[in-house]
This record gives sequence, structure tokens and C-alpha cells, in this order.
Amino acid sequence: MRPAHPEVLRTEALGKSFTLHMQGGVTIPVLRDLGLTLRAGECVVLSGPSGTGKSTLIRSLYGNYRADTGRIMIRHGGDWVDLAHADPRVVLAVRRDTLGYVSQFLRVVPRVSTLEIVAEALTSRGTPPDEAKLRARSMLLRLNLVPHLHDLPPATFSGGEQQRVNLARGFIPNHPILLLDEPTSSLDAVNRDAVVELVAEAKAAGTAILAIVHDMTTRDAIADRLFHLTPLREAA
Amino acid sequence: MSEHLLSATGLHLSFGAIWALDGVDATLWPGEVLAVVGESGSGKTTLLHVLSGRSAPDAGLVAYRDTEGVAHNVHAMPAPQLRALHRSDWGFVHQNPRDALRMEVSAGGNVGERLMAQGARHYGVIRESAIDWLRQVEISPSRIDDMPHTFSGGMLQRLQIARTLATHPRLVFMDEPTGGLDVSVQARLLDLIRTLVARLGIAVVLVTHDIAVARLLADRILVMRHGRVVEGGLTDQVLDDPQHPYTQLLVSSVLQA
Repeated sequence: MRPAHPEVLRTEALGKSFTLHMQGGVTIPVLRDLGLTLRAGECVVLSGPSGTGKSTLIRSLYGNYRADTGRIMIRHGGDWVDLAHADPRVVLAVRRDTLGYVSQFLRVVPRVSTLEIVAEALTSRGTPPDEAKLRARSMLLRLNLVPHLHDLPPATFSGGEQQRVNLARGFIPNHPILLLDEPTSSLDAVNRDAVVELVAEAKAAGTAILAIVHDMTTRDAIADRLFHLTPLREAA
Repeated sequence: MSEHLLSATGLHLSFGAIWALDGVDATLWPGEVLAVVGESGSGKTTLLHVLSGRSAPDAGLVAYRDTEGVAHNVHAMPAPQLRALHRSDWGFVHQNPRDALRMEVSAGGNVGERLMAQGARHYGVIRESAIDWLRQVEISPSRIDDMPHTFSGGMLQRLQIARTLATHPRLVFMDEPTGGLDVSVQARLLDLIRTLVARLGIAVVLVTHDIAVARLLADRILVMRHGRVVEGGLTDQVLDDPQHPYTQLLVSSVLQA
């Protein structure tokens, strides 16, 4: 019998360090022997002081940073994929179909309108353009981005507005796994509540969420449990 | 099952005592955009010329798989067959559009010529297709009978792209396609290339010294130095978590706007 909340992500002995060749080749260990599991429908929030590798962990799980050791097992369709050792094409397929990521800062192609940026998250997965634009518009409105902003490129937007464009793009494809790196850091209370609501809906739909959230109110509102990271130099 | 569209193994090419290519392997999947980055003299443009059959390597193999799934050794192909490939399945976008365009032929003629080389004969159909392509690259169809020398640099580059894509190639080689253009013109061109390539499912080998261009367009990236590939992988991996000292230098040298 299949459990109601199956595992969808599991790291095994994950390790990550950075070698800085520009600084005389010094090596900075960040993650060591890390074992984390994530189940469908739960939200795990990473805790620990600044500099303990929370963002590094999220970026490694997305395949943005390359793990040095260990495995990153991701449930992709009916299979398990080790993202730490997967072919680039497999990593791209996992990102398209399974794994979503909302980065701290919005990075987009210049000149492309906000609506197109969000709609592209759907069209790249095969949604017809008209339907994608309709859904993108309603997602942007849920995040309180007024209609006259939709047709503008977000380059000139405020930090909070850009963050909401990023969130709209991250939530709209309904990925089974979603990684959120400080999704509410530049948002006011009304917009934080909108994000809390989106997270609750995603969880109810079975999405597994791993987040970095510093604001306690938001954290308490979305977290099912915390995963604590300790600084390596203290642990060693 | 899908297989490599283009694959190169063990490419060597020397110019006198200098290795322009010193043991380069590269592969390209259908529909994939691969950027080759590095400073001038790294061998990236030489690699583009060898991959596209324009220069022969001293050693090594370049194989292209055609629409029937048959693999061809690019450098063992008879010249007429290679020329036919360049007219049909392949396209080449030069840094300087004047190297590709016929400056004494109208804009529409430049696009139509590629279509005629592929066998199109009906004047009305060719003209319709030329108008459609000018629109797609955001050149007003009212300019169809104008000579290229009346166009700005950005328009010329867009005309070259229209001419190249009109025959629906599966594989396009691009050599610094945004080089020498104003920044605002560059952004527009990048967006255009990105959109067209994604919509048409074209595979691209893109040579650029501009890391920002690679980030916007490429799925995968190869970093070249002294004729060797020092690092390769997904574009965001290589640029956000560079491993090789040279890549770290290259990434850290980019000015933050």
C-alpha cells in the first residue's frame, strides 16, 4: 500500500564545499554528511544562523550548485533520479516537470513583460499561450500586482514587486516539489499572507515544500517541522 | 530514442606552434543551445568553424546525424554535399551581417535567395515567406524592397537571422551574434533569438565572449582556454558554481550592472 505522504526528496551524505581559486585556493566546507527527507504535502523550513549553508543547500538541491559528495534523490515521475549525478538534460527535465525554485532575487531576460515571464513557466510545459496568459494574470492579481504592471518588464519594479513576480512564476506550474529561498523577505504583511495562502493550497494539493524563512510569523504559519543546520566549524 | 545531433571527438588543430584546438570533445542534442565561451584566442571561433565543416581539423572527428538518423563524418563529406547541408539543415549567423548578406540585393531578396537555393520556385510564395520572416524579426514588411545598406546594424543582424532561419534549419552556428551592437539593440536581439530558437526547436552552437549572453540563451556551456575545454555543464551551474580557476576568474570579472 502506498503511504498517503510518500517521500519525494531525500539527500544521502550530501557534502558541499567551495574552493576559491581567486583567494589562494582556500576551501570552505559548507555542508557535510547531510541527510534530509521531504514528503509530499509537507513544508519543512530550514533553520540555523546566517552562514550555515541554508541557501547553499537549496541551490544544491536544485542542481544550481554541484554537490561534492553524496546523493540527491528526487522522485521524478515514477522514478527516482540522483540529481547530483544526473546528465544535464535530466536535470533540466526534473526542473521542468518536478522541481520548482523561487530564488531570492528575480533574474529575467530584459525587455520581456511580467505577464510573459509568468506565462512562460506554463507554455514551456505545453500549456497553450492564451490559457497560460489567463492563469498568469490571475496569479499576479492574487499576489496584488496591479494590472497595469503586467505588461511592463519587471526591471524597474520595486524589490517587493519583483519578488512577487518571482513567486508567481514559481507557484504557477504546480511542481510536486518547491524550493523557496526567503520568499517573503521584501513583502509587507498583506503580501506575506498571500504567500502563506499559496503555500497552504500547494501543500493541500500534495506539493512538498522546503523553505528558508526568517520572519517568525510566516515561518510558524507554513512550517510543519524545522530542519536545523549547524555551522560546520562548530560541529567539527 | 533521441541521439546526438552533432558530436565531436578528439579535435586537434594547430596554427604553427599554437594549438587552437587541443583535444576538444563536444556534443549537441536536438533543440539544445550550447554556448562556447572564452577570451579571444581561446579557440572558440576555431571550434565553431571546425564543427560546421568550414575548417578541417588536424585530427579528430565531427559527426552530424541527419533527419533520417544517418550519421555523417562532416570532414569526409564531398564538398557539394556539405554545401547542400549549409543551405538546408544548417545555418550560420556571422558576427558581421555583411559577411552573410548580399548587400546589392534587397532585404526580401536576401531571404528569398535562401529559399530558392532550397528549391522554392513560386515567386508569390517566396515573397509571402520573406514578408513573414521580416515580420518575425521585427522588420517592417514595407522595407522588403529596400537595400541592406539603408538598414541600421541591429536591423542588418535581424535580416541575417531571418535569412538564416527561413529555410527552417535544425542546427544553427552563431559567432558573436550580438557583438558590435548597442546594448539596447543587443537586448532586443537576444530576446528575439531566444524566442525564435525556442519556438522552432532549433539546436544552436553559440560562440560568445559575453557571459551574460550565454546565461540568457544557453542550456549548456563550455568554457575554453588555450584550445581546451576547461569546464562544461548546465549554464547556471557553471556560472553560479564555477569549479575551474579560469572560470572563476571569468565569472568574477563580469561587471555588475
